[in-house]
Amino acid sequence: MNIDPRQTRGLTAIDGAMVLMIVLLIVQIWLLSATLESYLGGHREAALPGAIISAILFLACLGLYLFVDRVDADVRRG
Amino acid sequence: MKLFRRPSSTPLWQDEFSVFTADERYVNRRQFTKFLTLTSLAMLAGNLWILARSLFRREPAYPAQTVATLDEVPVGGVKLFAYPAANDPCILVRTGANTYAAYSQKCTHLSCAVYYAKEQNRLECPCHQGYFSIADGSVLQGPPQRALPRVIIEQTDGRLVAVRMEGEGA
Repeated sequence: MNIDPRQTRGLTAIDGAMVLMIVLLIVQIWLLSATLESYLGGHREAALPGAIISAILFLACLGLYLFVDRVDADVRRG
Repeated sequence: MKLFRRPSSTPLWQDEFSVFTADERYVNRRQFTKFLTLTSLAMLAGNLWILARSLFRREPAYPAQTVATLDEVPVGGVKLFAYPAANDPCILVRTGANTYAAYSQKCTHLSCAVYYAKEQNRLECPCHQGYFSIADGSVLQGPPQRALPRVIIEQTDGRLVAVRMEGEGA
């Protein structure tokens, strides 16, 4: 079976983006648990930096999702 | 490279449920990345909730409450009491002739009741072997990540009076 090299490249790009998203998500989950522990321990000063970094990580995930969406559209529809 | 995909002439149902196997691999991956992005949004919502709680939290008013008289508890002895509300168990330990330590009795791991281990001179949680220092309530060992909230005790007219708590977040 012949595999379209364009499709293979697209899949590789999407897989790479997915791995990156998973890494970002693990960091974000750790950040949430650390911020929560800190807040429950009475240290409220960690809440703002935690929220800012979490927002940056979410924007990175959103950007990667849009990238995947775009690659998907390009490869499948030409 | 353009960020957004071009509008498609293909109906959504046809786009999402392709009859071609090769296309299905793309659809599955795209849907999984959408799930990951929504999970990331949920994490952000959690962080924003913590931020809102910390910004709009008012300092609780702690009542002055007599816990015990000075001679009521022997050296190395313990008295249990509730502070600041009736459902907030606390533990008072007389650590010396004129020194006392009082902490919330709820373990910061999973809220089991901690007890005073006199031989080791520390507070111990029997559920998961979390140990806390009697000096400042800090974690010595085990799964808890946070120190025990401390009850500030003042000596007034031969009585031990709880006046406030420290290290209590929520």
